[in-house]
Amino acid sequence: MTTQQRHDAQRGDSNTPGLEGREAHGSLRGYIIGYVSAIALTIAAFVIAPNTNMAPFSVVAALAVLAIAQMLVHLIFFLHINTAPAQKINVTAFAAAMLIIAIVVVGSIWIMGHLNRNMLPMEHLMQMQR
Amino acid sequence: MSSDVASLDMPSEEPGVQLPSRQHVTGFGFYLYLLSDGILFAALFAVFAVLRTATDGGPDGHMLFSSRNAFIETACLLTSSFTCGIAMLACDRRNKFVALVGFLVTGVLGLAFLTLEIHEFADLIAKGDGPGRSAFLSSFFTLVSTHGLHVTCGLLWLGVLLVQFLLRGFTPAILRRFLCFSLFWHVLDVVWIGVFTFVYLVGGYL
Repeated sequence: MTTQQRHDAQRGDSNTPGLEGREAHGSLRGYIIGYVSAIALTIAAFVIAPNTNMAPFSVVAALAVLAIAQMLVHLIFFLHINTAPAQKINVTAFAAAMLIIAIVVVGSIWIMGHLNRNMLPMEHLMQMQR
Repeated sequence: MSSDVASLDMPSEEPGVQLPSRQHVTGFGFYLYLLSDGILFAALFAVFAVLRTATDGGPDGHMLFSSRNAFIETACLLTSSFTCGIAMLACDRRNKFVALVGFLVTGVLGLAFLTLEIHEFADLIAKGDGPGRSAFLSSFFTLVSTHGLHVTCGLLWLGVLLVQFLLRGFTPAILRRFLCFSLFWHVLDVVWIGVFTFVYLVGGYL
C-alpha cells in the first residue's frame, strides 16, 4: 500500500514507458501548441479539399500529408510520444504497429487494385458462366 | 485491493533498483491495446478504400457527405481532446475543480459529436442509403460506426469515472483510470483525423 502511494505520488521514474517525472502529462504550453496547430491543419484540409484548380491526385496527396502531420501533432503534444531514451519501448511498439498498419492498408489497396484491373467486366463474366 | 497491488509493486530487495509501478505497467499495457485498436481501424480503412467505388449504381460520397457536418464533428472532438489534456494537467496538480470541469466539457463535446453522427446516420437510412444499399455504404457505416461505438464506450467510461472521482477524489486507482481514459480519448481523435480526411474529404470531393 505505502509502496503504491509512493510510486503513484511520483508518477514516473527513469524506466517508465510513457511517463517521465512529475510533468507526466506535458505542459499547458504543449497542449496549446498542439491544439492550435491541429486547428490550423484541419482548416487547411477543409480549404484544400473543394479546390477544383488542382489535379485530383495532388489534392489527395496534400490531404494525406496534412492528415499525417496532424496525427504526428497529436502523438507528440497530446500523447507525449517522443524520442527520449526512457520511451524507447513505446517508440518500438509504435513502429511495429505502424509497420502492420502500412502492410494492411497499402497491401489491400495494391492487391485489390490489380485484381480489379485484371478481372473481366462483370457482364462478360456472367455470360461466360451461362 | 492489496494482493494484486503487491504482486506488481513489491519493493525491490536491492536498494536503488526501482521496479515499475502499477500505473506504469497498466499505462503501457493500455498503450499496447490502443496500438492494436489502431490496427483494427487500419483494416476498416483499407476495406473502405477498396470498396469506395463499389456503389452498385447507388449514391457515392459526392452526393451523401456534408463537409460542414464533418467540420463541426471534427471541432467537437478536437476540442474535447484538448480539454481532456487540460483535465489531466489539473490531475497532476491535484486541482479537483479544474479536473472536474475539464472532464465534464470533454464529455459534453463527445456527446455533441455523437448526436451529430447519429443524426447523419438516421438521415442516410431514412433516405434509403443505409448500410444495405451498396458495398461502399456498408464499409462506410462499419468504419464510422466502429469509431462512434468507441466514442460511446468512452463516454460511458468517463461517466462512471467521474462518479468515482466525486466519491473518492484523487486516489492512485482513479488517477490510473484517468490516465488510461485520456490515452483512449486522444487515440480516438487520431483515428477521427483519418476518418474526416479519407472518408469525408477524399470521399466527398474527389
